[in-house]
Amino acid sequence: MLEVVHLGCLRGERTLFSDLNFNLSAGELIQIAGANGSGKTSLLRLLCGLSSPLAGEIRWNNAPARGEHFHRDLLYLGHLAAVKDELTALENLRIASEFGGTPLNPEQALEALSRIGLAGREHLPTKVLSQGQKRRVMLARLLVSDAPLWILDEPLTALDVHAVDLIQARLAEHLAKQGMVVLTTHQSLQVPGITPRRIELG
Amino acid sequence: MGNVLLSVIRRDLLLAFRRRADVLTTLFFFVIVVSLFPLGVGPEMKTLRLIAPGVVWVAALLASMLSLQRLFAADYQDGTLEQMLLSPQPLGLIVFGKIVAHWMVSGLPLALIAPLLGLQFDLPPEALGILFVALLLGTPILSLIGAIGAALTLGLRGGGVLLSLLVLPLYIPALIFGAGAVEAHIAGVSAEGHLSLLAALLIFSGLATPWVTALALRISME
Repeated sequence: MLEVVHLGCLRGERTLFSDLNFNLSAGELIQIAGANGSGKTSLLRLLCGLSSPLAGEIRWNNAPARGEHFHRDLLYLGHLAAVKDELTALENLRIASEFGGTPLNPEQALEALSRIGLAGREHLPTKVLSQGQKRRVMLARLLVSDAPLWILDEPLTALDVHAVDLIQARLAEHLAKQGMVVLTTHQSLQVPGITPRRIELG
Repeated sequence: MGNVLLSVIRRDLLLAFRRRADVLTTLFFFVIVVSLFPLGVGPEMKTLRLIAPGVVWVAALLASMLSLQRLFAADYQDGTLEQMLLSPQPLGLIVFGKIVAHWMVSGLPLALIAPLLGLQFDLPPEALGILFVALLLGTPILSLIGAIGAALTLGLRGGGVLLSLLVLPLYIPALIFGAGAVEAHIAGVSAEGHLSLLAALLIFSGLATPWVTALALRISME
C-alpha cells in the first residue's frame, strides 16, 4: 500500500500543494487532475522519490518509499520517453526492462512490440518513428511489467484511439491483478470496470 | 549484479558506435593540439623532448573536458537518467559502467595514439612506452573524477565552462605523476614510483568516485 501523509511541495517561491493525504491500496487507480502548472508532475516525481518533499512523508508497505525494495515494485513512465533515437525499438525495450530489473528475452520483447502495434518496425532506429510510435515503444513496458505500482505521467498523450483502448484495457488487467496505478491525464479515462478516484490539485 | 554493469557498458558502446562522429572529434582534437606544438616551437629537438610529456598530458586533459559533457547529457535529456535513478540496481554500479564505457571510447584511443604523436617530439622508444603506460593508467582517472563534475553541472546553462573550472584542478595529481613518469625516464631515473602513485590514484578514484557521482546525480535531478 502507498501512503501519502501531510505531503507538501514547493516550486521556486510557490507552494504547489500542502497537507496532501491519501492512501492507495491494491486494485485502486488514482487520477491526479488539475490545470497546467498545478503540480501534477511534481507530485508524481515526489511519489517515485526523484525529488524530496518539503514536508510530509511517502510510505510504501509501511516503510519509507525509497531504495531498492521500493524501486523493485515501481514502474514510472514520465513525460520524457526515455527512448534512445539511435537504438532500435527492440533494443530500447530490452535495455529499459533490464534497467527496471526484469530482463526480457528477444521473443517476449518482440511479442510486446507487436501487441502495441509496432510489428514490422522492431528493428528500425526509433529516430525514424513518429512521436506516437516512440511513445508506444515506451508504453510497451506496461505490457511486460509485473511491478505492482505504476506511476504514469500523461500515458495517453500522442496515442491514437486503438492504442488508448489497448492501454486502458491493460490498466484494467493490472488493477484486476491487485496492481495499483497513479496517473495524470487530460483525456477522459475509461478503464473497464473501474471508477478512478480523482485528486484535484490547485 | 555484474550483469547490469556489463549491459550498461554494452549499451553505451553501442550508442557510441552509432554516434561515431562524437568519438572521432575528441580524438582528432587531441591529435591536432599535440601536433601544433612541434610546429609552433620549431625543430629544436632538445626543447621538444623536454616539453613532450607535459604537452601530451595537457592535451589529454583538454580532450577529456570535451567528451565529459556528453557523459550524462543525452540520458538526462531523453529521460533515461530518471529510469536509471529508479532502477532497483545500485546506481553506483550503473554509473561505473557508464564511466568504463566512456573511457573506452574517449580515453583509451588517446593512450593508443599517443606513442605515435610522441615521435614528433623525438622521444626515444622506451619513453614512448612509458608515455603509453602512464596514459593507460591516467586516462581512466580523468573519466572517473570528471564524472563527478559532469553530474554536478548537469542541466546547467554554461555547464561546460563550469565543468572545466570544477574538474581541471582535480586533475592536477594525475597530470603531475603522469607527465612526471615520462620526464623521470628521460632524466635517467626510474619511472616506477610515478607509475605506482598513478595506479594508486586509479584504484582510489575507481572505488570512491562512482558513489559520489551517483549522489551528485540524485542532487542534480531534484
